[in-house]
Amino acid sequence: MPKKILFIEDESALQKNLSDLFSRENYETISALDGEIGLSLAKNKKPDLILLDLILPKASGLDVLKKLKEDKDTKNIPVIVLTNLESMGDIEKTLALGATTYLVKSSYSLDEVLEKVKKTLGDL
Amino acid sequence: MNFKSFLGSFNLKSQCRKYGLSLWQCPQFLFLMMGLIIIASTIITYGIGSHYIDSPEIVALITLFLTTFLLIISFVITQSFNKLAETNRIKSEFVSIVSHQLRAPLSNLSWTIETLMSGRMGSIPEKQTEYFRILKENSGRMKELVNDLLTVSRIEQGTLLPKKEEFSLEELINKLVIISGPFAKASNVEIKFDAAKNLPKIYGDFSQIRLVIENLLDNAVRYVKEKGIVEIKLYQKNKDICCEVKDNGVGIPKDDQKYIFQKFFRSENALRNQTQGSGLGLYIVKSIIKNAGGKIGFHSEERMGSTFWFTLPIIS
Repeated sequence: MPKKILFIEDESALQKNLSDLFSRENYETISALDGEIGLSLAKNKKPDLILLDLILPKASGLDVLKKLKEDKDTKNIPVIVLTNLESMGDIEKTLALGATTYLVKSSYSLDEVLEKVKKTLGDL
Repeated sequence: MNFKSFLGSFNLKSQCRKYGLSLWQCPQFLFLMMGLIIIASTIITYGIGSHYIDSPEIVALITLFLTTFLLIISFVITQSFNKLAETNRIKSEFVSIVSHQLRAPLSNLSWTIETLMSGRMGSIPEKQTEYFRILKENSGRMKELVNDLLTVSRIEQGTLLPKKEEFSLEELINKLVIISGPFAKASNVEIKFDAAKNLPKIYGDFSQIRLVIENLLDNAVRYVKEKGIVEIKLYQKNKDICCEVKDNGVGIPKDDQKYIFQKFFRSENALRNQTQGSGLGLYIVKSIIKNAGGKIGFHSEERMGSTFWFTLPIIS
């Protein structure tokens, strides 16, 4: 069974790039364009890992992360924050809430994101 | 300050225009006015006081009137400073917002180029590969510029706070020398690194110090003309670790040296030899080193090369 990855990301172009890449690496990909859909997909589909943006419509990435970690069904799913914000405050807040890693989109190539995901899932 | 710039400081009209303020809102002009008023009021008070020496209430009234006038002028000056500070804050905030907004489309662009170039979407005809390479290179340049602008706005807003982590500067430099290898080779530059034995680790912000060394190394490699040699030295001096980056490049003209750490400044020969560059790198480098409690400096001779050095405190 391929591992499932949920992208909670409102930029459809980034979603497409991520989905194409991870599908080719034999992962099953699920996409949510806003925080609320992201939360419900996380609960219903039980992904193995979540890639989460911070600036999202309807529910912010921080709210989503907080709710994911409060819910017993989703609290053990590793969450990698993938965003363009990089203030110390944002980084500290997300890590304190239980995010596994914090990646700044513009500093990482797609292959580097893939590597981080594989490492987190123990596939590397 | 030379004589010309000293004279220039008296040209209040052009200085106030530079701030975008009218004369009556401009601190320099208001200071001058206040000085003139203080001198005039002292003379007038003396004149009137000696004339009405028998009527102290008139002297007191005039002094009160002049003091009130000075108070009003001082208040207007404070307001104009507030306005300048507010303009500066808005500018930094504007740069920060624009840079953040630019990051999203830039990430889209560079990831899409990466997807296309990876061949995952089918192979690219050879003729197009070169154009994709140009796209990749230029989106990378835009990303660097946006990152530099964001760093600068953080420095100006006082939010570039250094983390405290222990790491080896020697290991970091070794890593960066390897990463710079292909760029140095393409520029016909050899990089040598010499570190003293048993150097202690330092305690600071790893990614910020990395940015410092990346910038100094990049400048050293970028501004060579023919066969270049870049020598990096790392050693301990009392309670500091010192790093020197020496190149045999184009050097910095003497007249430009005092501006080299100013933001957006690019020396005249740098512009001639290397069109790329925003003039933000050394400003960022200096701010980071100062924030980390270190010192930075350089010596340079045109056509002979430059040596940039910085120190960082060792905290045991």
